[in-house]
This record gives sequence, structure tokens and C-alpha cells, in this order.
Amino acid sequence: MEDGTAPLLALSGLTKSYPGVRANDDVSFAIHAGEVHALLGENGAGKSTLVKTIFGLVAPDAGEMRLAGKPFAPASPQEARAAGIGMVFQHFSLFDALDVAENVALGMDTPPPRRVLQDRIASVSREYGLPLDPRRIVGDLSAGERQRVEIVRCLLGAPRLLIMDEPTSVLTPQEVALLFATLRQLTAEGTAILYISHKLDEIRALCDRATILRGGRVVASVDPRESSARDLAEMMVGEALSAPARSGAAGGGELLEVDALSLPPAHAFGTALREVSLTLRAGEVLGIGGVAGNGQDELLAALSGEMRADAGRIRLRGTGVGRMGPVARRARGLLAAPEERLGHAAAPDMSLTENAVLSAHTRKRLARRGFIDWRAARAFADAVIDRFDVRTPSSRTAARALSGGNLQKFVIGREIMQDPVVLVVNQPTWGVDAAAAAAIRQALIDLAGRGAGVIVISQDLDELMEVSDRFAALNGGRLSAPRPAAGLSVDEIGLMLGGTHDMEAAHAHPH
Amino acid sequence: MIRLEKRPQPSRAWSWATPLLAVALTLLAGGLMFAALGKDPVAALRTIFLDPLFDPQFAAYSRPQLLVKAGPLILIAVGLSLGFRAGVWNIGAEGQYIVGALCGAGAGLALYPLEAWWIFPMMVLAGAAGGFLWAMIPAILRIRFNTNEILVSLLLVYVAENLLASMAVGRLRNPEGGGFPGSRNLAQWSSSANPELIPGTGMHWGVAAAFIAVILAYVLLQRHLMGFHIRLAGQAPRAARFAGVRPAVLVAFCLGVSGALAGLAGIFEVTGPSGQISIDFNVGYGFTAIIVAFLGRLHPVGILFAGLLLALTYIGGELASFMLNIPAAAIQAFQGMLLFFLLAVDVLTNYRIRRGRTVTP
Repeated sequence: MEDGTAPLLALSGLTKSYPGVRANDDVSFAIHAGEVHALLGENGAGKSTLVKTIFGLVAPDAGEMRLAGKPFAPASPQEARAAGIGMVFQHFSLFDALDVAENVALGMDTPPPRRVLQDRIASVSREYGLPLDPRRIVGDLSAGERQRVEIVRCLLGAPRLLIMDEPTSVLTPQEVALLFATLRQLTAEGTAILYISHKLDEIRALCDRATILRGGRVVASVDPRESSARDLAEMMVGEALSAPARSGAAGGGELLEVDALSLPPAHAFGTALREVSLTLRAGEVLGIGGVAGNGQDELLAALSGEMRADAGRIRLRGTGVGRMGPVARRARGLLAAPEERLGHAAAPDMSLTENAVLSAHTRKRLARRGFIDWRAARAFADAVIDRFDVRTPSSRTAARALSGGNLQKFVIGREIMQDPVVLVVNQPTWGVDAAAAAAIRQALIDLAGRGAGVIVISQDLDELMEVSDRFAALNGGRLSAPRPAAGLSVDEIGLMLGGTHDMEAAHAHPH
Repeated sequence: MIRLEKRPQPSRAWSWATPLLAVALTLLAGGLMFAALGKDPVAALRTIFLDPLFDPQFAAYSRPQLLVKAGPLILIAVGLSLGFRAGVWNIGAEGQYIVGALCGAGAGLALYPLEAWWIFPMMVLAGAAGGFLWAMIPAILRIRFNTNEILVSLLLVYVAENLLASMAVGRLRNPEGGGFPGSRNLAQWSSSANPELIPGTGMHWGVAAAFIAVILAYVLLQRHLMGFHIRLAGQAPRAARFAGVRPAVLVAFCLGVSGALAGLAGIFEVTGPSGQISIDFNVGYGFTAIIVAFLGRLHPVGILFAGLLLALTYIGGELASFMLNIPAAAIQAFQGMLLFFLLAVDVLTNYRIRRGRTVTP
């Protein structure tokens, strides 16, 4: 690790476990002053846990950090900031109704007088080429300008290490160029930058060093400028990526057709769907990749019936189902399993039997004239528990008492065992241990093998390549044209996801 | 440091024990309050809880009062509890109770002095319909315009009270009453009377309806999809949308049922214990039923017991203020303590208390 000069921040043996998943496993690497250090990995690789550890939001189970040679164990973000660590989060924490200076002042322990602060903001923004008027109301700013507020807020604290989490996901290409210039200026002054991203081309353009995480472990540490995007992607997702042995069984009739579906975002931080079109054939698994927050939740809600559209926009076996609610769609065989297990796919305080009734009462006839047949419901819940190896004391156990992986197996199993015509799943193996994840993927492939259509929305490339017949990327609420997964190279996938694909470049502007 | 730790599962034992603990804490704190007022706390508590049932002098009068007072409380609270479970907050049962009584009484009095067996059932239906329609006002406003049903239903109570006053001195006034406000006595007109079914018990048709409502609500919540969806919507609104629950249907159902039950309580009251529409016909059953619903943990059987308990504190409270000169406000504070402690100790069902050092997050 040590190479002559003491690193600015040295991590050694950092380990953090959550129930059912080891988020960080013996993570060691060093960040030197004046370098841009990329932290690369898929979702769930442990990047955010690691960053939260550095920023004092998570206490590690084992391992230690040294900042400029001294032991460093921040108990809170305040302590981390005081030690010279700044962080720009992916999701901004700004108040729309306040102006820029007021927002910056809110993040300070002892804010200076307003006029002084405004001058300092103006001077920092000039110095680093981040155009920003301290008197403007944040609600009127673009995403790129809001990010500048967050960056300026950090820079006012003169950080020695600046952590940036997916900074370019909300930026236009012009704003990206501006940001990179600022970051290069900072490193020239000796600031270290820990840069988290999926976008391989950016990392190769900007970063001096890349640490690659997979499954919570450091799998490689390379100079990204000397590695190809393919090498990086393979290190990120593992070797399995190169061997997607899927038979082209997808030759059946058309089951689901989505035709230029546009929907407004479900909530203030949601993403609008923009003219999403796809067709799904019997026996086919369509994988939909993309960075979180690019419309995955909205697409699932539009297909499950939680959000309505015009009838003809979504057709199941030729029938327009766009106006139907979830119950009517289930009756016709269009089933879904949302990403959020607790509170969305399942009710936390209800038993597994009750959660079986939640989505299965129509197709499994668990209710007659509105009266629930609890014996049949328990039998169905027990069948799901049995077939999907759900570890639970019994079907009477509350959903929230199960580990994430076990509840996920139950949720996916509940839908699969209803014999869907089309099943849509979002992040089917998120936070699930490897063996259970493999079982879930196999079950999805088997379901397609029996003639159903399956849409897998996921941020896990490995998973998508393993299960998909065709692959499409969701970017800013737009879906790329699906392409056969078998012929796709790692480079192409990375580029489709990163949004620099030729087709996508034109609509990479989320506003 | 004392901290609360979330239980992996709600504790069954505590969900039964918390009401008892709350009653115990209320006795303790209430006793202290009565002592602070210079009254003998033991005598005060005995007068409130035991004398109404066992005192040789008063029990003959107050024992039937237990069911007479508990009946409407239970009937209204059962309806409210459905909405409270689903996150639909009908605070205006008092108004629905009044309008139910007005509609039922009006429908009957229009036929006076006809004698027919069907008049009383018809009045009951009219009463339920009145309460239902009054509750539909906040329901439709919420569904169509997303207004807050708490405010609308509450404000409609004051509208209903004024309607009651105007009816008592206007359209429904007894033409043979010598100009006094108030309607004819419905309890003395055999076609509309809601008499005591078993003499000396206080049991009338309204109490029977309350028991039936308890059973039906239990079946609805445990066995029927609608009840399942009510519980689901209250516990996990997103999961309810995923399940396909339509919020508009839920709002209309919960407000409609609670309004109809409040209306039933009103018509049974006006044809029985109260006997006539008068300016001060409503005595707060609709508001107290909110306490009963929560005291019963929004469970039909719990509400049955809670209604009886609260009715007892009413009767006993009256007795205590009459016998021991305890101010009525102190009795109300005592009842308030009961709700306060119940909600406070409810946290033990889902959390356990841990003592010890704080751990870093």
C-alpha cells in the first residue's frame, strides 16, 4: 500500500456486515493528495457503505482508517467535515424555497454574516469556474446548478478530500466538461478526489487510479488510463459476464406490447417516462438496465397498474390494459414484483399468509365472494415458502421479521407461483445472498422456459447478462431499442448504460 | 440511558397487557389527582368503578345505564375504527348521530299517529341513511377535491347541531307540546318506541345492534377482502396500491359505514332512552366514541370492552360528582388520562425498553 509518501487517506481491512449481506469485506486501499481516485463497482458492490464509513455515517465492524497518518474514526459527518472531508451526494439536500447563500449557511455550524458568506460563495465560484449567483432561489436552479451549490458548500470548508457520488448522472455534457475542469483544478492544488461512478469512459478520462469493488471486496486496483473499458467492466462484473449461455428460445407469440408510453413522474424526485416502447414475446426474458433513478420505479408502476395510462399504450395479448388497475391486470396474467420489499411488495407487519393474499387472491382464488379462504391462503404461502426455500419459522411470521433475501424469495415466489403470462420484476436479487440470487434467476429463466414473458429491471449487469435474451437500457426515462443480449460486448453494454451510446447521446438531457 | 428497540414482531402478550397497564396507570394518576383535590382517592375510585354496579342504593338505577350508555358508544366506535385502521379520519360521528336521529324521527313523525309494525324498522333505515348521507359529504369532498375529511367532518358537527336546534323548535316541534321546544315523545308512541327488551338490563335494540356490529366488524376485518384492504391501507399504503386497493372506494366505504352506524345510534337513542328530538339531544357520544375506538385498540372485541369501561366511568363519574362533590372537569380529566396512558404504553407492543449504553449508529 505505502509507496514512499504517506497517503492522505489509508483504509485497511474495513469490514461492515448487515443482516444477510457483507457490504464491505476487508477493504484496503489508499488515496493520495492530488489524485482523482475512482471507486468503481456495480450497485450493491459496497461503494456507498464504504463512502458512508469515510464520511462518518457508518461505523465499520472491523478495520481502521488513517488520515494523513493519524487514526481517523469519524463518529458523524460533522467530525468528518472538520477533518477536511467533503462529500457531494447523488441526491441533493437543498431547500427549494431558500436562496443559495441560505442553503449553504444551513450546512455550517457557525455561518458567517450573510453578506460575507455571499462574497465568499461568489469568490469560490469564480475561482473554480463554477458560475453561481448566491442570491438566486434554489428552486429555480437546474440540476447542474444545484450540484454546484453542493460543491461550493464543500469547497468553502477547504476539504483535503472531496467525495463525489455519481456526480455526472444529472449533468448535461457541457456541465460535465465544466465539472471536470473544476476537479482538475482542485487536484492541481493538492485536493484528493474520490470519484464514484459507473461511467467507464469518464473514469478513464478523469481518474489517476481506480479501485474496483465487487461483492464488498476489492478485486483490483488499476490505472484506468492504461485499462480498456472492457477490462474495467469485466473486473466490475466478474468473468461470468463473458459467458451468457442463454438459448434463443424466445420465438413465441407477442405477449406484451408497450407503445410510446409517456408518464409524468410519480413524485417530486421521480423520473418521467418518455415514449417507452417495447415488445415482449412468449418465452423471452427482456433485461432492462440502467443507473438507479432513471425511470425504473415508474416503468414498474406503469406495468403493474399502480400508474394508469391510455388503454392502448400497454397491450397484453392484444388487449389494451393501460387503464386497468392492478387487480384487473393480474386477472389477465400481468404480474409484477416491485423493488422495495418492505412497504411496497409486502406489508411489514402482516404475516406471510396475509402477504400472500395481498397479490395472489385473484389468480389463486384465495377469496370467494370477497371472503378470504385463510386455509387456502396459508397453503399457498406454505407452498411458496417450501418451493423457494424461504427461511422463516412459519407462514404466520410477520414479513418484517424476515431477512431481506428471504423476503425477496417469498415476494418473487409469490408472483411466479401464480403462473403469470407476463412477469415484471425490479431488482429481483437486490441484497440477496449469492445462492438465493442464483435460485431466483433460475426461477425467472424457468418461468420464461414455460412460455411466460419476463421483464427483469436491474442495475446488476451480471444478472442481466445471465438471464436476458434481449437487453435494453433505461436512461432519463427513455428506453433504448432492445438488442439481443448474446451478441452484446461488455463495451457496448457499458456504453448503453452510461448513456454515451450513439442513439442515447441525443437524449441524455434529463430536463 | 433508556432506549426503545423495535421488536421484530409485535408482541402478542403486550397487545393484551397494555390496556390493563393503562387502566392501572390511570387509577394511580387519577387517584393522585383526586387526592390533590382533597378527596379520598380510594373512595373516589370506588364510587366511579364499583358503586354503579354494586351499591345497594344506586345499582338498581345505574346498572341498566351501563348498557344504555355503552350501546351507542360501541356502535359508533366500531364504525370509526374501520376508518381509523385505513387512515380515514371521521371525527364527525357526533354530527352523523344527530342527522341520523333527525332523519329517522322525521320519517316516523310524518306518519304520526298511524300504528303499524313497519314504522320502527323504516325509521331505523331512515336513520342509517341520514348518517350515511351526512358522512358522504366529507367522503365525496375528499375523493373529488382532496379536502381534509378531519376538518370537514368535524365542522359538519356544528352544522348538524344547528340543524338539530332549528328542527327541535321548528318542523319537528310537538304541536301539542304547549310551545316548548322538542318533538313528540317517540318512546311513548308504540309504533316508534324502542323499549327495553329485557326489563332491568338497559338492553334495547340499539344495544343489540351494537353487539351485532361488533360481530360483523370482526368478520369483516378477519375474513373479508374489504377488511383486509382496510388493514393493508392503514399499515402500508404503497403495498395497498400495489395490491390494487382503490383509495376512493376505501374512503367512501369507511366514511359511509361509520356514518350509517352513527346514524343508527342516533335513531335508537331518540326512540328509546332519550325519547324525543330536543335542542340538547346530543351528549357527545360521537366524540367519546373516538376514545372508545382507540381504547379498544381499533379491534371490535376491544371496543366492546372499552365501551363498557368508558360507560362505567361516565356513570360512576356522575355518581362521584354527585356524592363526593368532585368537579365534572376532574372526571373528564380522568377519562382523558385513560386515553393518554393507553396511547403511551401502546409503544410497548412494538418496542421493548432497553437500558444501557447508547451504541454508535
